[in-house]
Amino acid sequence: MTLLATQGLSKHYAGLQAVESVDFALQEGEIRALIGPNGAGKSTFVGMLCGRIPSSAGQVTFDGRDITAMPAHQRISLGMAYTFQITSVFARLDVHENVALAARRLPDSSPQRVRRRVMEALEQVGLQDRTDTLAGDLSYGHQRLLEIAMGLVQSPRLFILDEPTQGLAESEIESFKNLIKRLSSHTTILLIEHNMDVVMQTAQRITVLNFGQILAEGSPSEIRANDAVQSAYLGSG
Amino acid sequence: MTPGGHSFLSSAPFRSVLLHGSIVLLLALLFGVLPEYHSGNLARIMVLAVYAMGYNVLFGYTGLLSLGHALFFAAGMYGLGLTMYWLDASPAPGMLAGLISALVVSAIIGSLALRTTGVAFMIVTLMFAQAGFLTILLLGEYTRGDEGFVLQQADRVLFGFDLTQPAVRYASALMLFSLCLALVAVLVQSRFGKTLVAIRENEERARMLGYDVLRHKWLAVIVSGTLSGASGAAYALLFGYAGATFATVQYSIFPLLWVLLGGAGTTIGPLIGTVFMFYLIDISSQFTSAYLLIAGIILILLTLFAPQGLAGVIRKRLIPWLP
Ligand SMILES: Nc1ncnc2c1ncn2[C@@H]1O[C@H](COP(=O)(O)OP(=O)(O)OP(=O)(O)O)[C@@H](O)[C@H]1O
Ligand SMILES: [Mg+2]
Repeated sequence: MTLLATQGLSKHYAGLQAVESVDFALQEGEIRALIGPNGAGKSTFVGMLCGRIPSSAGQVTFDGRDITAMPAHQRISLGMAYTFQITSVFARLDVHENVALAARRLPDSSPQRVRRRVMEALEQVGLQDRTDTLAGDLSYGHQRLLEIAMGLVQSPRLFILDEPTQGLAESEIESFKNLIKRLSSHTTILLIEHNMDVVMQTAQRITVLNFGQILAEGSPSEIRANDAVQSAYLGSG
Repeated sequence: MTPGGHSFLSSAPFRSVLLHGSIVLLLALLFGVLPEYHSGNLARIMVLAVYAMGYNVLFGYTGLLSLGHALFFAAGMYGLGLTMYWLDASPAPGMLAGLISALVVSAIIGSLALRTTGVAFMIVTLMFAQAGFLTILLLGEYTRGDEGFVLQQADRVLFGFDLTQPAVRYASALMLFSLCLALVAVLVQSRFGKTLVAIRENEERARMLGYDVLRHKWLAVIVSGTLSGASGAAYALLFGYAGATFATVQYSIFPLLWVLLGGAGTTIGPLIGTVFMFYLIDISSQFTSAYLLIAGIILILLTLFAPQGLAGVIRKRLIPWLP
C-alpha cells in the first residue's frame, strides 16, 4: 500500500528551481534512502512532505489523503516524525523533557506513560543515562541521537530523517543501522543520507535527486550499476 | 523513609506547593509585623505583582515581548470601573465585567497581533495599546479621560466587607495574589505550560513535534491579558480610582521592567521585581527628585550583572528546581 505520494511537487526560490515537478511514491513499511549531491533539493523536498516548507506547486498525499494544504503540525499529528539536518533540540531543557515534549502529544499521555515511553526511546539510542543533562550540553553526536529519540518516541508511521548520521562516531553509526532495521517492522522510513555504507546496508530502495529532479530510482544494486548516477554522484565520491 | 516518600518530597508538585505556600504565608504574616505605611504599599504591590505575573506568562514563559499590556490592564480597570460607576454594579459583578472585558480584548488583540512576530509584534501591540489609550480619551464623556473617576467608598463593599479598610484591603489583595500565583504555578507545571516553554525555546522544533504553535500563543495572550486585567480591575476596586494614565505606554513598560528585574520565566520573579522596583523608586525619591535616574542606573547595573533577574540568580546559585 502506498503511504506517501507526490505529484508534480515543486519549489522555486526567486528564480532558483530547488525541486522540480517530482512524482514520488513510498510504500508502507519500506526503508527508502534519498540521495544526491549537495544542493540537489533533498532537504527542500522532504520539508514539503512534512509541511515545514510550503510548496510552490504539486500535491502531497499521505495515507490516501490530500495533505497539500495541511499545516505542519497537523501532518505530524497524522503520524509523521521529522529530524532536522541542522540539529534542532531544546538546548536549555534537559534530555528527558526534550523527548517528553515529543511524547506528550500522543493520545493517552499520562505522566507515567510519558515517562516510560521516554525511557524506552532513550534506551534505544543509548542516552538513558543522560536524562538530566541539558540538551545543549550534549556532544554534537549525542544531540543528533537525542533528536532521533524525539522522533522514535512518537511511534511515527513515517519517519523522515535528514542526514541523521552526520557527526556520529563509527560505533554510533553501527548502532544506528541496527536501529533502522529494527524500526522497519512497524515504521516507514525516508532517509536522506550521504554515508553510502549506511544507504547500501539499510535501504531497500534508493531515490537519487539531482538538480531538483529524480535522476534514478531502484534497488541498491540497480543504483550502483546506474551510469547516470555514477557520473552525477557516486563517481565523485 | 520509603523511596516512594522520598521521590514525593522532591517531586515538582510538592516543591511547588511548599514554595508558593511559604510565600503566601510570609505575606500574610507581614501584615501583622509591618507598619501601616508599608503594609499599604504591600497591598498595592501584590495587586501590581498580579499584573507582572500575567505579563510573565507571555514574556517569560512563551517568549513573546509585548509593549501593549497596559491595554489589558486598562480593559480590566475600566470593565470594573465603568460598570460600577455608571451601572451602579456592586464589586462582584464589577470584577466579573473587568475579567470578561480583559478576556475579550486580549482574544481580539491576540488574534490580530500574532500575525506578526519579533519586533513587528512589539510595535503592533504598542500601537493597539496607544489606540486603546486614545479611545479612553475620546470617550471622555464616560471615562472622564485623563482626570479619571473615583469609586465611592460606600460602593466598595464586597460580601459585607469594607474594602477601604486597610486590613480588608490587604486581605483582598493577598487573596487575589495567592489565587493568581497558584494558577500560574499549576499552569507552568502543566502540559500547556511546558508547551509554551518549548515554543519559547525553539518554535520550529515545537511545530515539527506537532504542536499548534499559533493556537498556543493565542491562548497564552488570553491568559496573560486576563491576569493583567484582573490586576487592573482589582486596582480600581481596592484603591478607588480609574484613570487614563493607567493605559499609557509607561504602564506597558512597567511589567516588562518588573519581570526583567525579578526574573523572567520564574513564578516568583514578578513579585520580587515588583517589590524591588516599588521600593527603589520609593526610597530614591526621598533623597532626590532625580529618582528615575537612580532607578535607571540600578536597572542597568542589574541587567549587566544579573541578566536573568533576581529569581534567575537564585535559580542558578541556590535552588536549581525553581519553577
Ligand atoms: N530558503 C532558501 N532560499 C533560497 N534558496 C534556498 C533556500 N533553501 C534552499 N535553497 C536552495 O535550494 C537548493 C536545494 O537546497 P537543499 O537544502 O534542499 O539541498 P540538499 O539536497 O538538502 O543539500 P545538502 O546535501 O547540502 O543538504 C540549493 O541550491 C539551496 O541553495
Ligand atoms: Mg539537505
